[in-house]
Amino acid sequence: MPEIYDMIIVGGGPAGLAAGIYGSRSRLKTAIIEKGRPGGQAATTEEMENYPGFFNGSTGPGLIEKFVAHAAYFGTEIIRGEVADMELKGNVKKLITTKGNEYFSHALILSPGAEPRMLHIKGEGELRGRGVSYCATCDAGFFEDLDVVVIGNGDAAIEEAMYLTRFANEVTVIVIHDEGTLDCNKASAEKAFRNPKLKWIWHSVLAEIVGDELVEKVVIKNIKTGELSEKAVDGVFFFVGAVPKTKFLEGKVDLNQQGYILTNDLMETNVPGVYAAGDARAKYLRQVITAASDGAVAAVAAEKYLSEMETFRGQVLEQQVPVALLFWAPQAEESIVAINRLESAVEGTGIRVAKLDTYRNQKIAGTYGVTVTPTLLLFRNGEVVGRLEGESSIEQIKSLFQ
Amino acid sequence: MLEVDKATFETEVLQSGELVFVDFWSPACAPCLDLLPEVEAFAEKNGGRAKFCKVDSGANKRLAISQKVMGLPTFAFYKDGEKVAAFSKDEIDMSAIQDKLDELLS
Repeated sequence: MPEIYDMIIVGGGPAGLAAGIYGSRSRLKTAIIEKGRPGGQAATTEEMENYPGFFNGSTGPGLIEKFVAHAAYFGTEIIRGEVADMELKGNVKKLITTKGNEYFSHALILSPGAEPRMLHIKGEGELRGRGVSYCATCDAGFFEDLDVVVIGNGDAAIEEAMYLTRFANEVTVIVIHDEGTLDCNKASAEKAFRNPKLKWIWHSVLAEIVGDELVEKVVIKNIKTGELSEKAVDGVFFFVGAVPKTKFLEGKVDLNQQGYILTNDLMETNVPGVYAAGDARAKYLRQVITAASDGAVAAVAAEKYLSEMETFRGQVLEQQVPVALLFWAPQAEESIVAINRLESAVEGTGIRVAKLDTYRNQKIAGTYGVTVTPTLLLFRNGEVVGRLEGESSIEQIKSLFQ
Repeated sequence: MLEVDKATFETEVLQSGELVFVDFWSPACAPCLDLLPEVEAFAEKNGGRAKFCKVDSGANKRLAISQKVMGLPTFAFYKDGEKVAAFSKDEIDMSAIQDKLDELLS
């Protein structure tokens, strides 16, 4: 029998690390499967001072280092690997990595995160790594005393543009909006407008990146006049949002049209025992603090699910004798009738009777596809071997037990 | 893997008689550090078939730029002093790099 974790978290960014902290602190056997180093996008975001308690010179990598140490302190295991496939039906979820390793867990938290969006502008793909970049901390050093353009005007774009001014000679931000309008937060915008090394090109977009082996110039399109102009630059940094890394989840959990994972307020996906947290989830605000919040909610909801399932395992799945489990509603007349008939039918059979309030145990009901109350399931050695839906006679129940 | 810098790149890489793989990385590059264990495993697995080097491009910026590398991570193959293949950023997939190595050796 392979080892079964209580909670496996897929992805070790801020959401996954927070879930790991909550899970292992609740003494659950918790592991994070992470492809590379933990930290996610926050680990490559130098300028970051909006996480409460961390300001005045604190950085993304610095914050993440503390998250990782915190998870390790409570005993979260970090497994290196990339999940390629998973089997989510049933009580034990199975994960298979690209290297073919298999892991098993009772609850699963999906926090795969997001990655920078590419615009697929002419020259972007060809010149990637030769002046086209999506990571300022990776590549800023190359552009000392050179000129770069930044595409985008959200928080990431403006904060990374300011970081780039520490290296580059001149940083020009190309903004699609009218003069003075930025999508980023006001504090960053004010700071950026005061920075003498930042230049601005308004109501414009990038039309093309030109260069033979290295970036030489860009073609900029003024969206008001349609006019094209050229600017000689050595680097182009894109910060135009992100796309969720959820390709491997297609057909496994419900995603929206953009590929974000759909959950409710408890971070539950449409699959019982499977939760989602962080930037890959469909939500309003994608920041380290909301990722950490998602992770905490998901871990606590998963913990409740696990204890519900543990009771169920003890009373039903792990019984040596057959168990007749009735999904019922205590207030409904037909459920009372069903219970009485069931108790008559089991007499002398050695079958154990168990009942679950369908409404209060929706996860278990969901796991077994129970949509009708009452529904009777017969378990032998943890497997469903018989099923009766709706009103049944004593004879029907008896014949189920044959 | 052999740590190469601006002083040794010419002799170790460009003048090498064998196929050379070079990992352009830097300690400030998180994706580079993510890939490092896989790159080490790749070098170990193919030991003896080619020469495996890495360049700290933060400390050897001019060298990297002279090799048309302005983004990290970049993996390049050199043969007879010429760069014959390069992979950068999200193009990097170790199985594609393995295929390229096999192709260049065949």
